[in-house]
Amino acid sequence: MKKLFNKVGERLNRVSSMKLTLLAVLSALIVGAFIIIVSDVDKLKNGDIVGAFSTVGSAYWALVVGSFGSLRAISNTINSSTPLILCGVSVAIAFKAGLFNIGATGQMLAGGMASLWVGFAMNGPGIIQVPLAVLAGAIGGAAFGAIPGILKARTGAHEVITTIMLNNMMAFFILWMLKTDLFQREDRTDPISKLVTAQGRLPRLFGFLDGRSDLVAHAGFFVALGAVAAYWWFLKKSTTGFEFRAYGLNADAATYAGMHVKRLTVLAMVFAGAVAGMAGAAEVLGTYGYASANFAGNIGFDAIAIALLGQSSPLGTLFAAILFGALQAGGRQMQANSDVPIDLIVVLRALIVMFIAAPLLVKSIWRTKSATISAGQTFRGWGS
Amino acid sequence: MNIAVDSDAPLLSLEQRKRARNVGFSLVFLGLVSAFLLAGRPGNAGFKLVDTYTVFLPAQPFARALAVALVALGAIQLFRGFGKWTNVVLAIATGTFVIAFLTWAASGGSFSLTGMLQDTVTRSVPITLGAIAGILCERSGIINIAIEGQLLGGAFAGAVVGSLYGPWAGLLGAIAMGVGLSAILAVFAIRFRVDQVIVGFAINFFSLGLTSFLAQRVLTPHPEYNIVRPFTPYAVPLLSKIPVIGVVLFTQTLFVYVSIIAVVVSTWFLYRTRWGLRTRAIGEYPQAAGTLGVDVIKLRYRNVWIAGAVAGLGGAWWPLGTVGRFDQNITNGRGFIALAAVIFGRWHPVGALTAALVFGLSEAIQLKMSNLDTGIPSEFLLMAPYIVTLIVVAGFVGRSRAPKAAGQAYDASK
Repeated sequence: MKKLFNKVGERLNRVSSMKLTLLAVLSALIVGAFIIIVSDVDKLKNGDIVGAFSTVGSAYWALVVGSFGSLRAISNTINSSTPLILCGVSVAIAFKAGLFNIGATGQMLAGGMASLWVGFAMNGPGIIQVPLAVLAGAIGGAAFGAIPGILKARTGAHEVITTIMLNNMMAFFILWMLKTDLFQREDRTDPISKLVTAQGRLPRLFGFLDGRSDLVAHAGFFVALGAVAAYWWFLKKSTTGFEFRAYGLNADAATYAGMHVKRLTVLAMVFAGAVAGMAGAAEVLGTYGYASANFAGNIGFDAIAIALLGQSSPLGTLFAAILFGALQAGGRQMQANSDVPIDLIVVLRALIVMFIAAPLLVKSIWRTKSATISAGQTFRGWGS
Repeated sequence: MNIAVDSDAPLLSLEQRKRARNVGFSLVFLGLVSAFLLAGRPGNAGFKLVDTYTVFLPAQPFARALAVALVALGAIQLFRGFGKWTNVVLAIATGTFVIAFLTWAASGGSFSLTGMLQDTVTRSVPITLGAIAGILCERSGIINIAIEGQLLGGAFAGAVVGSLYGPWAGLLGAIAMGVGLSAILAVFAIRFRVDQVIVGFAINFFSLGLTSFLAQRVLTPHPEYNIVRPFTPYAVPLLSKIPVIGVVLFTQTLFVYVSIIAVVVSTWFLYRTRWGLRTRAIGEYPQAAGTLGVDVIKLRYRNVWIAGAVAGLGGAWWPLGTVGRFDQNITNGRGFIALAAVIFGRWHPVGALTAALVFGLSEAIQLKMSNLDTGIPSEFLLMAPYIVTLIVVAGFVGRSRAPKAAGQAYDASK
């Protein structure tokens, strides 16, 4: 009987945590609506308050239609989510070991360039070349991710500093690489790379539909799902995953239990880098087919919000990334349909993270009673 | 037991010895670089100090002399060690090496050394102020990752309010915006006990998104809200007449003076006042301080607010100290550099100032280099500030000790 009660209670908790998430999203949308109305300076000056409100309606409608309203919208959502999932997992792995990986951007750039090189230099059949190129991306990202790991293990330099510096260095290094003869496209003077060969591209998901070249989603999505699954297995089933969690929860205890914490530090950054590198591979081999100077965009930073939102759990990270991807895809539609700039979604993302992180606040706003969600686990702090 | 102990030799931990060895190797390395790379260019390099006086250094002999000195110093460090003088030796050696590098780059030409140093100081301003904001928060036990967002918010408010009501009002607007953003951090982290890193990052995103959104939606159609007259440099009477130093330190905009004052005041405040003592106490062990009657919650609120004001002021540097307008993401990651400066400077305002100056100097050098024809690709010059920070942090700073309670919410009942 008691067991049954516990089970029911657990169920209810889960429902209420779902409710809290929805309320958090709703709160964020309301604040966003307020921002849209207040920033409509011209309409408000003319006293056209109805017009200002209707802008909110059309903007949010475009957000929905642009993310899930059609096959094309879904394809866009998948496409935007792919690198977000991978980078989100990258940040989450590091969080699990108590490390703060701000360097997903740099690792993504490194991995992307490695896979790009395989992508245009090799001219083999797709079935061999594509996996090789993705692997090259993982290796490139892992190698670049290893640097802050090794620095931390050997000298104690904090990964927050080193990854930020490495990001900036990599950005300029890529700019330089894209102007070398090896990478620069033959007929161009601006920093843009050669094209990945046709067989070297990640196949498009909806490639079987004729004449729908606007459906850009690619097989990188499956790579991302695979990474989430692997991450789940790693955390729950592998010894190293257990050591990661132990190290993340209590570094001293892990040390006294005989775990090699230096090795764990390096390994965590290598894994994080490998996954972020695959995100770079997905963008270069799937979305673009070439590399430009900032093909990583803001993804590495968004990924931090995603991992925080998903509390670094495999499924949580996946859903958070899809939510962020949907907002991204819908945001483009919103910018096109209404005159609301796409930057609004950055605000919405921030608000969602804030509200979800503060269940007490959401509960006091909506006067609802439910169990709290446990706070997300982040990094260990500045000390060790 | 008869173990001879040399009482003069300080006992060093493994890590300290490692670091000492690193210093030695780097000195030798710098010596080799100047012997083989920097000594390759003949001719004199002119450094303009004041309009009427230019110093000429012969590039090749200078680099060779430096090479010999550096290798010798490195050898001494490796075999004997400078002990407590290590950092002084390292600083002098690095400074001389930088001069040798500049001599190499400028050989056969000349450039204004004073201008470069002035630029260094100017560029260090937002990093210094941002880092002080970080220090004030973290010393009281609140991790402030939101420096970037506070700087950006300050820059935006400074530009808009400054365009409407003049630069002084802009300054106030920027401070108000900084305080507003840090109030979010304070309420979430202190009142709702949310993970401080999560709130901090959310504030960064919020600030980036909101300012970009408003810039595009309001400032683009209304450019009259985004044109402000920046502060002009003010020459301090008498002091600005000192050659070189007068130009570098005392012919600057308001922001440089404010940031110097901020460093002095915050150092005094943290180490010489009751407030500062309590602040440091609640950053280390809030429960103990709370038991002794310190109002932890109130003190944390106040520190975070003051930090927000300082960061907002730092953000105002972009529109009111330089370009006179706001652009999307104008801070471009400087807040994270400031965060690095906090750690690099070991949570001390003077340390943070040093870090900011190192960064400012490498940026200023990079700007000067791009005007000289050195054959180094511009991208590598742009990388230089980050490489320098990375090497300094990894090689010489190493593990640093943060305020113990930073990142933990205070709960009086525990």
